Amino acid sequence: MARKLPAKDVVIIGLGWTGSILAYELAKTGLNVVAIERGPWRDTATDFPPAYAQDELRYAVRLDLFLRPGQQTLTFRNNASQTAMPIRSFSGFLPGNGVGGAGIHWNGQTWRFLPTDFQLRSHLEQRYGKDALPADMTIQDWPVSYDELEPYYDRFEKLCGTSGKAGNIRGQKQAGGNPFEGWRSSEYPTPPLKQGLGAMLFAEAARKTGHSPFPQPASNLSEAYVNPLGVKLGQCTYCGFCERFGCGNYAKASPQTCVLPALLRFPNFSAQTESEVTKINLDSTGKRATGVTYVDTSGEEWEQPADIVLMCAFSFFNVQLMLLSGIGKPYDPQTGQGVVGRNYAYQTTSSVSVILKDKILNPFIATGAHGMIIDDYNGDNFDHTGLGFVGGGYMGFGQTGARPIQTRPVPNGTPKWGAEWKKATAETYQRACSLATHASSYSYKDCYLDLDPTYKDRFGRPLLRMTFDFHDNELKMSAFLTDRLADIAKAMDPVEIVASPRKGPYDSTIYQTTHNTGGTVMGTDPVTSVLNRYCQSWDVHNVFVPGGASVFPQNHGYNPTDTVGALAYWTADAIRERYLKSPGPLV
Amino acid sequence: MRRPLATAVLFVGLTGNAFAQDTQSFDRIERGRYLAVLGDCAGCHTASHGAPFAGGVALQTPFGTLVAPNITSDPETGIGNMTNDEFLAVLHEGRGHDGKRLYPAMPYPAYTKMTDDEVLALRAYFGTVAPVNNRVVSNQLPFPLNIRLAMAFWNGLNFTPGRYQPNPQKSALWNRGAYIVEGPAHCGTCHTPKTLLGGDKNSAALTGATLQGWFAPDITNDQRKGIGGWSTDDLVQYLKTGTNKWTLASGPMAEAVSHSTSRMNDDDILAIATYLKDSGEASASARPESVAAGNNAMRAGAAIYKDSCAACHKDSGEGEINLFPRLAGSALVQSDDPTTLVRVVLHGTRSVSTAGAPTAPAMPAFDWRLEDAQVAAVLTYVRNNWGNAAGPVPASVVASQRASLAKSP
Repeated sequence: MARKLPAKDVVIIGLGWTGSILAYELAKTGLNVVAIERGPWRDTATDFPPAYAQDELRYAVRLDLFLRPGQQTLTFRNNASQTAMPIRSFSGFLPGNGVGGAGIHWNGQTWRFLPTDFQLRSHLEQRYGKDALPADMTIQDWPVSYDELEPYYDRFEKLCGTSGKAGNIRGQKQAGGNPFEGWRSSEYPTPPLKQGLGAMLFAEAARKTGHSPFPQPASNLSEAYVNPLGVKLGQCTYCGFCERFGCGNYAKASPQTCVLPALLRFPNFSAQTESEVTKINLDSTGKRATGVTYVDTSGEEWEQPADIVLMCAFSFFNVQLMLLSGIGKPYDPQTGQGVVGRNYAYQTTSSVSVILKDKILNPFIATGAHGMIIDDYNGDNFDHTGLGFVGGGYMGFGQTGARPIQTRPVPNGTPKWGAEWKKATAETYQRACSLATHASSYSYKDCYLDLDPTYKDRFGRPLLRMTFDFHDNELKMSAFLTDRLADIAKAMDPVEIVASPRKGPYDSTIYQTTHNTGGTVMGTDPVTSVLNRYCQSWDVHNVFVPGGASVFPQNHGYNPTDTVGALAYWTADAIRERYLKSPGPLV
Repeated sequence: MRRPLATAVLFVGLTGNAFAQDTQSFDRIERGRYLAVLGDCAGCHTASHGAPFAGGVALQTPFGTLVAPNITSDPETGIGNMTNDEFLAVLHEGRGHDGKRLYPAMPYPAYTKMTDDEVLALRAYFGTVAPVNNRVVSNQLPFPLNIRLAMAFWNGLNFTPGRYQPNPQKSALWNRGAYIVEGPAHCGTCHTPKTLLGGDKNSAALTGATLQGWFAPDITNDQRKGIGGWSTDDLVQYLKTGTNKWTLASGPMAEAVSHSTSRMNDDDILAIATYLKDSGEASASARPESVAAGNNAMRAGAAIYKDSCAACHKDSGEGEINLFPRLAGSALVQSDDPTTLVRVVLHGTRSVSTAGAPTAPAMPAFDWRLEDAQVAAVLTYVRNNWGNAAGPVPASVVASQRASLAKSP
């Protein structure tokens, strides 16, 4: 029997990017806010000081900052004819764990979606005709437009101090920036990072082949910065330990470096760590949440009553908790009815590895989000007529480091071990680089999340089950993009290139990306969405999913964090300015 | 009806002084609350995560442990039963209940400079602090120091009771600053060197002292050792936010900033800065000879610095404002007493979060990673590079501090 705690105004499930932003914005109004976080408290100086933050074995190989399957996992299968099995070792994607969530271990790539991405279905149907889209593709327009979201993108980038070069300020093209991006109300908060030789060589080749390279927008800061919350970030040292690592130099934007110092000053905010929310409780009508139940480290169960419940966990676990709490109608792939778990999507990535001659690239001097990129083949930036697919992605040189254990490039055909391998890795390390494409993953009728009928978590609750595979549209797209990238690589005067377009079936044991999206999507119609345009549950008006990637109706050719952050601010404003004045459905 | 009654009671209680005041007056209580901020009463009387002013903070003195008592209005374990005269005796004369002599961990040698009116405003404020029943055994000193009568002798040597006397040669702002520094804020309690008996060396007021494993630096205007290189604005910013372009407050000063200086009003902070900038010797103290760059410790220190320190403090030793303290030209880095430096390298430290500078970055601990000789070398290097000059840090000093930190909680 759960012990009941004194009521709070707001309970937040998960203290990562969206949880910390919402906590700050709502605590600022004087509301009593408590955040309940499954993992441990994490703090820059204590948990990743520069004295040992760059420990590749501990963090990148043994995955110290990530969720352990023993805490929570999910089952996976490629299609409904298979039996899903539990993921017993996370490898294909890596959900975060603890305060800061994925905001600690991310690379810092800070991209906005394209204006046309927000009207994806209507835009594509208008340009290419209704028949151009596969019948089982379930993409849909977002319920918000780019123009509506622009001020919120701007706010999140200013929170992070993002480094970059604008390509479009209020409709005016800017030399050196991304010519394809949507308009920006202002330049990036800090100038672009410095680029290494590999990135410069790629940019030169891209220009030579008629493309428009620009520095990748990065929340690894090119210079020290004070954000609007008064919190100070340091300058990136290009140590090359971002992805899978916490930043000990206060230089990578994260909840720790951007929000928590200001948030913790509010006496009306508290955090309960190492406690997992097992259920959102509803009143007898089922239309209003009364709070949450959580279990602490000693196994003790607590009920935390609250007037507003904010679901700020990683995408999968928002979906799982919603299904377990009976909020919204579960999606049924047979009939296409129901919404919770619908439109799960991923990201379609590929690579071209390049070995140059007589070059010293010093690839270990890097950050998670430096690099030179082209956006010519993203979204609908290029004419898809006759290509046989829709969608696209950015591509370029964005190598996040060359850490000694996991970065051992060798020429094709080199033995996997032994003296020859040793000789080859020593000769190749300084001359090799990896180019990548990072592309969209549209949603389909048969890609979805539901509760597993067999496997249970440590609390006896059904695990979430993922059913996902790449579709022809994405594989054709990846082949096309990878070819374009290989063309540019050839212009770098390589000794060898190896192009690896994405091939099916999806393999959950090979790391591709942690951009798992959808399942609680936002939309204009309750028949095809879980949340309205303010990320508010259509069914239970005091439950919000304020911007986590589970709200994306499909995934676009960019990293999700900037959009996640923008939607968090968008939802915070809706709650503060509209919901608090008149609690009830906002649409 | 309650107010006249309260006043009547006060008249009885205040025989012998003429400060009959309305104890319920908001202005008076608010004045008392602000005086409690100036005096940093919470610094000692509020335990970490404890109820306000309920006592319990242990002060490690060279003579033994003293625990700050409960000063809430609880009649049994707090000061609810204390009369105004008794309260005046505590702050002005260092005499507690029943005339018992206090130990000067309670800074009555400074509070004695406060006017009766201010002390009673403070009393009025403490009368409004929620009572907390929490019995504290303050005197945990060993025999014979636990005999309070010894303090009569100590007071005779070290204590001059009396209110602050303004210096007519100086401005009102200067006098306000002098009053706060010498009186309620009791800066000298930490920053003034002590005699063998623990009394202030008044001839060397505010020139720095070591206590509780920290060196409270010289805060006179000395160009080399003190704050001579800081502008008045630098000093104001430091007291208000805990950080400026030179450094970040940490250790006991982080607490003083958090509880006291960051909550002072701007005029008072400016007054303190004005006074401190006019204190001590105007000229710089003699510059010691730099340790030569070719010295072994310097060479090892340079390599360790590059490896373990430069990512934040930078090759130039400039650090980053509000994040990583500047080492080049820092008076604290070059102070004669390296206690603080050794401590922060071994154990790390955290700066303070204030409304003006919420970040509160931290220095990580290196005790697990650097040997005594390595800590000594890197400190010798930062004390003698970029134009800095200070004595080398011997490994034995690091060893003894490592041992004493291992014993402290």
